[in-house]
Amino acid sequence: MSTATINDKPFNLGSHTLASRLIVGTGKYSSFELMQDSLEASGSEVITVAVRRERLIDSEGRNLLDYIDLDRYTILPNTAGCFNSEDAVRVARLGREILEGLENPGANWIKIEVLGDKRTLLPDPIGTLEATEQLVKEGFQVLCYTTDDPITAKRLKEAGATSVMPAGSPIGSGQGILNPNNIRICIEYLKENDPEYPVIVDAGVGCASDVAMAMELGCDGVLLNTGIAGAKDPVTMAHAMRHACLAGRMSYLSGRIPKKLYATASSPEQGVISQS
Amino acid sequence: MRVTINGEERQIDDGLSLAQLIEQLKMNPKFIAVERNRELVPRAVHADCTLEENDQLEIVTLVGGG
Repeated sequence: MSTATINDKPFNLGSHTLASRLIVGTGKYSSFELMQDSLEASGSEVITVAVRRERLIDSEGRNLLDYIDLDRYTILPNTAGCFNSEDAVRVARLGREILEGLENPGANWIKIEVLGDKRTLLPDPIGTLEATEQLVKEGFQVLCYTTDDPITAKRLKEAGATSVMPAGSPIGSGQGILNPNNIRICIEYLKENDPEYPVIVDAGVGCASDVAMAMELGCDGVLLNTGIAGAKDPVTMAHAMRHACLAGRMSYLSGRIPKKLYATASSPEQGVISQS
Repeated sequence: MRVTINGEERQIDDGLSLAQLIEQLKMNPKFIAVERNRELVPRAVHADCTLEENDQLEIVTLVGGG
């Protein structure tokens, strides 16, 4: 079955219409070449990047941007490493400034991360909310990395977030989706009377089945980085993640069978040869 | 005069514009964004932005991230 026959709507994320529901990061690759091959294999159209100080010595060295086809990929800058809303807002403005100069469509959005502490890298919900309010005022489409807490998710949507992106588990932990029930409630709350509202699982994905699970829960997309970049063979894992995203989405759209306690035979019960 | 660039103190020529400083640092102006004293300086005004003693500059680019 070719992917063209899947009866799915396009994925609208703010003003962006996407064919792929997988968003991948560009961090932690051992080389820019391996990153390029992995991005290609993932089939993603949107890739995330971080904003950091330029090197004062050797600034002529290799830059990530030399290795990214800016006509092909929409860049989603993040505010990773920020521990308060003020810094996150500054980083968002700086990211937009660079992407506007590069005429990349990603100039109008930001993945907001306001972290609570270095050990867990869990989001600070209050700082995240403050930064979201400010950046929405400044015209950004704000994609919020947050915990899987449904109430925080609701508050972020009310503040004008373009998408709420609950974590499956801590960033880079590879633990997958630890609390699928919370993700379910997040989806239910965020999509109440607004079924098109995009919900994305961001962080914690370790392997392809985690992506499929997120999609089967009814998420609109998955954002991941370490699961691919940290794998022994990132390019093959990127293929796996792409297929898992499609498989999970198709599985969700198909409507699974209900779970039952006892067996139901798949083969006819009549016509079995005589038994002694 | 003395300014701070990305947390490092630097001695630069008096009256230098931001655009001139970026050129001296051999940075690709398309790949960076600049904050001066915590305020973003849009690319369009880099040439007209004359730096002053004790300016705090942050010059950033995009790097791999998730």
